[in-house]
Amino acid sequence: MKQFDYVRPATVAEAVAAAAQPGAVYLAAGTNLLDLMKGGVSRPDRLVDVTHLDGLDRIERLADGGVRIGVLVSNADLAHDADFAKSYPAVAEALLSGASAQLRNAATVGGNLLQRTRCAYFYDTASRCNKREAGSGCDARDGENRTHAVLGWSENCIATHPSDFCVPLVALDAIVEIEGRNGRREIALDELHRLPGDTPERETAFEPGDLVVAVRLPAAARGFAARARYLKVRDRTSYAFAVVSAAAALRIENGKIAEARLALGGVAAKPWRARAAEDVLRNVAPTVDAFQEAARRALADAKPSGDNAFKIELARRIVVRALSLAVAGTPARIPALPASPFASTSGAIHA
Amino acid sequence: MPELNLTSAPAHLRHGSNIGQPLTRRDGVLKVKGQATYAADNHPPGMLFAVMAVASISRGHVTSLDVAAARRHPGVVDVMTSDHKPRLAIDPEIKTNPFVFRMEVLQSNEVRYANQPIAVVIAETLEAATEGAALLAPRYETLPALVGLDAGDSFVPPVVGVGNPTENHRGDVEAGLASAEKRIDAVYETPPQYHNAMEPHAIVAAWDGDNLSVDMPTQGLMLSLARIAELFGIAHDKIHIRSPFLGGGFGSKGLMAGPPVLGIMAAKLVGRPVKLVLRREQMYGPVGHRAPTRQRLRIGTDGDGRLTALDHHARTVSSTFDDFYEPAADASHTLYAAPAIRTSHDAVRVSTGTPLFMRAPGEATGSIALESAIDEMAWACGIDPLAFRLKNYAEVEPITGKPFSSKALRACYEQGAARFGWAKRPLQPRQMRDDAGLLVGWGMGTATFPALMFQAEARAVLRRDGSGAMEIGAHDMGQGAWTALAQIAADELGLDIDRVEFKAGSSDLPDAGIAGGSAHTATAGAAIHSAGAAVIAKLADLATSDERSPLFGAGNAGVIARDGRLIRRDDESRGESYAEILARAGVAEVEARGTGAPNPAAMEEYAMHAHGAVFAEVKVDPELGQVRVTRMVGAFAAGRIVNPRMVQSQLFGGMIWGLSFALHEEAITDRRTGRIMNANLGEYHIPVNADVPPLDVITVEEHDPHVNALGIKGVGEIGVTGSAGAVANAVWHATGVRVRRFPIRIEELLTQP
Repeated sequence: MKQFDYVRPATVAEAVAAAAQPGAVYLAAGTNLLDLMKGGVSRPDRLVDVTHLDGLDRIERLADGGVRIGVLVSNADLAHDADFAKSYPAVAEALLSGASAQLRNAATVGGNLLQRTRCAYFYDTASRCNKREAGSGCDARDGENRTHAVLGWSENCIATHPSDFCVPLVALDAIVEIEGRNGRREIALDELHRLPGDTPERETAFEPGDLVVAVRLPAAARGFAARARYLKVRDRTSYAFAVVSAAAALRIENGKIAEARLALGGVAAKPWRARAAEDVLRNVAPTVDAFQEAARRALADAKPSGDNAFKIELARRIVVRALSLAVAGTPARIPALPASPFASTSGAIHA
Repeated sequence: MPELNLTSAPAHLRHGSNIGQPLTRRDGVLKVKGQATYAADNHPPGMLFAVMAVASISRGHVTSLDVAAARRHPGVVDVMTSDHKPRLAIDPEIKTNPFVFRMEVLQSNEVRYANQPIAVVIAETLEAATEGAALLAPRYETLPALVGLDAGDSFVPPVVGVGNPTENHRGDVEAGLASAEKRIDAVYETPPQYHNAMEPHAIVAAWDGDNLSVDMPTQGLMLSLARIAELFGIAHDKIHIRSPFLGGGFGSKGLMAGPPVLGIMAAKLVGRPVKLVLRREQMYGPVGHRAPTRQRLRIGTDGDGRLTALDHHARTVSSTFDDFYEPAADASHTLYAAPAIRTSHDAVRVSTGTPLFMRAPGEATGSIALESAIDEMAWACGIDPLAFRLKNYAEVEPITGKPFSSKALRACYEQGAARFGWAKRPLQPRQMRDDAGLLVGWGMGTATFPALMFQAEARAVLRRDGSGAMEIGAHDMGQGAWTALAQIAADELGLDIDRVEFKAGSSDLPDAGIAGGSAHTATAGAAIHSAGAAVIAKLADLATSDERSPLFGAGNAGVIARDGRLIRRDDESRGESYAEILARAGVAEVEARGTGAPNPAAMEEYAMHAHGAVFAEVKVDPELGQVRVTRMVGAFAAGRIVNPRMVQSQLFGGMIWGLSFALHEEAITDRRTGRIMNANLGEYHIPVNADVPPLDVITVEEHDPHVNALGIKGVGEIGVTGSAGAVANAVWHATGVRVRRFPIRIEELLTQP
């Protein structure tokens, strides 16, 4: 492997200073980064290990009713926090539908947000990839692209963001707290990931040295706890990235939808908030017709980027199903097969 | 050789050769504790690490390598290239026998497939060697890749599989189709698949002068040894290969491939022991794979649903430089009683490593197409798929007309169907839903695999302390040879298994043949059987010819070996222990050798196959198209079952492999470059635990007096066959959608709900 420096800063300020240097990257659990390094996809000069920083591994209930999740909280710890799962069931379900138990035990909240696309051409250093090497071209565009983006892609990049966790988070207006060279700031998660446009190598709104320290869900997010689901269609029952997924959350008042939240996963370079679909659901009865209209709106701008036209129809159906599941109410327990179409199958014991 | 703790069992039990005891793996505790030494666990003093640089193009030439940059990297000791390597004694392109495949060992700068080795960096650490390989930054002259089943002109290969005729027929297929009341004509496609054994190919090679020590997983110790000997021009007795455990082989470790040869060359080049382990992605090229196929099946039936003709044509691929042709159409030779059968193959050459045997080579690819087509034909006739199969049950082997040495397939159908509850299956598809509204479908497939035998030798020893030994260079790929063969040895020596030292997995032991073709237990077992009988005969001679023995004069009556004693066959009260016989004779031990081999006369007279019936239930989301198998039952008749526990595991594994074939496995090949884009275990999907349903295996009683002395047919591969088709047919029954391109994908099932 390429030789690299490894530093373990004692404070967030030290970490930011160390990571602001060219060629430096943050290391948390490394479930994605170390694979990228082994494959020669990522060749950093310096790893800044943040796993020993104090205070970043807590789940805090805020006075305003929100919750603040430290960036080093593991996916498993967050999903299995009973109060968190009860308040944000779609988020917990999404977390438990991702990766494998072993990976969830290691992987962190921050790493999940900042994981890289699983586009095979990004991982294959012999292929051209504008993300990996700006301006080199995109071999995915005319390549094997069955699972690639149908929304927000450009001729320069058709990769998708692979996270499950981010999909309900973005639906619930999550906020990302960032510590940078100029101090602390915060942005909406929806603004963290960028669409590729002409600069697919710029994946996030980050500046050099920026460190996510926490993800916050506002008080309003709890208001959807009674009707919030995540649904993920995949090529095998577990341990697979979404072909398409959706998070749906509803507030029903007097038989009508007071507020709807909808986001799609596996369709774009970012978790895809479907605001136009949310708008058509406001103040209407929660019927299949309404959900189908929402699905049409959500995918109105979708177009295939290759052999993936099926994902558009699949996404529509997932939207309808996710909304139907949400209106039926959050189950008392997260299913044994979280987010799976087979969640209701009895006898399931594996996640 | 690792120390194996033996399992205690009551002395009166026969262990394997007769009724078969379900002993747990004798090497299980070693494996659980991480104490089983796999090849890559060896670290001889002074060992260096070798890492292959592999081609990122699939056709062309390497024009430059930055060897200087690699050499400058700290820790790099040497860089082996086509210009800087030890000389081999023979050209690796020469095929000295049909079991020799051409390999890339830096003999030129030509690139014939992606992931072909193009250099080897040898360093003090794995990390340094890895970075050295990256620093080589190869440049290429690239030629257009040949990709897919329609690449270039097709041709008819001289043989398929291992020497099978490319075309075969009986009766007049065209006439049979013309006269048929109902016909189907369907085309099925199967993708390239890779073995993906959990343990990658690995070697630790150490030279001591002309002597070569090798730790390497192999399914064929003596084949590997002979190949090394001819490549390096050294005598067989200068080479010692140890292969006590394999982390799976599935055919990819059967023959010597290029990478381990490179490890031996690297050790020679630097004069120190060298370890070379393949990275996962490097296993997608130089170590074989299952070729893709496109199969056309034309079937006709008369008004009663009886077959009039079966025509099975398979297109497959081989590499541009060697020949292996997946014998997919041969699956139609044995199962269904069509009066007219024709099977044929053709092929194209593509920019790929040479395809090879992969668990049920030909049988698996052919089975999913044949079983799908039979299902389609049954539906066309409006007949239940099981009733249709019974109506066309082959009482003799259809392609040859030979009687079967044994065939309990009818019992497999009956017992499997009963356990599954098949009788309640509605004929029409898309009729069943579960409480959650998921579509439910039931499908079945017939399993079959030939009962093969190879050649093997074993050496048996009885010692004065009352213990025995059985030596055979057998291979345990995880299937349980350490246990099952030791059980047979214990029975043949008339000793409790705890008193038998069983030695295997090393090239200094008698040749056990190749662990492939589901024939290892039969072949090695037959050798153990005859070696055991021979040593007991020697011992009996000692006793019956010695007037001081209570067995004196029992020569004509004969003696029985039981529990460490010889006893008179006609008077069981008279006998004595092995120890007493040897002590009186004043010898430390007696030894004898025995062989196991196929019986040509029996093979001439009989068709020999194992059979089975697999039943599967799937659920499919009607709107979203995701599929899950929820239940599988397999009933198999495979002759004598030596160890029921391990046989069950083998059959489970095969059934899961079949599920994988139907729904998951596919090497995704870039159509422009011929590169495999999912060469890793994250994206090359095989079933995970959540995909594997409750499995039920029934082993149907079957006694076969013809296959071999022990009546063993083998269970390593048959589980794959039948299972893949059963799952595919269940998907059709659930949805009404017939998918003919495998694996079955979500998008194929996104029909109107």
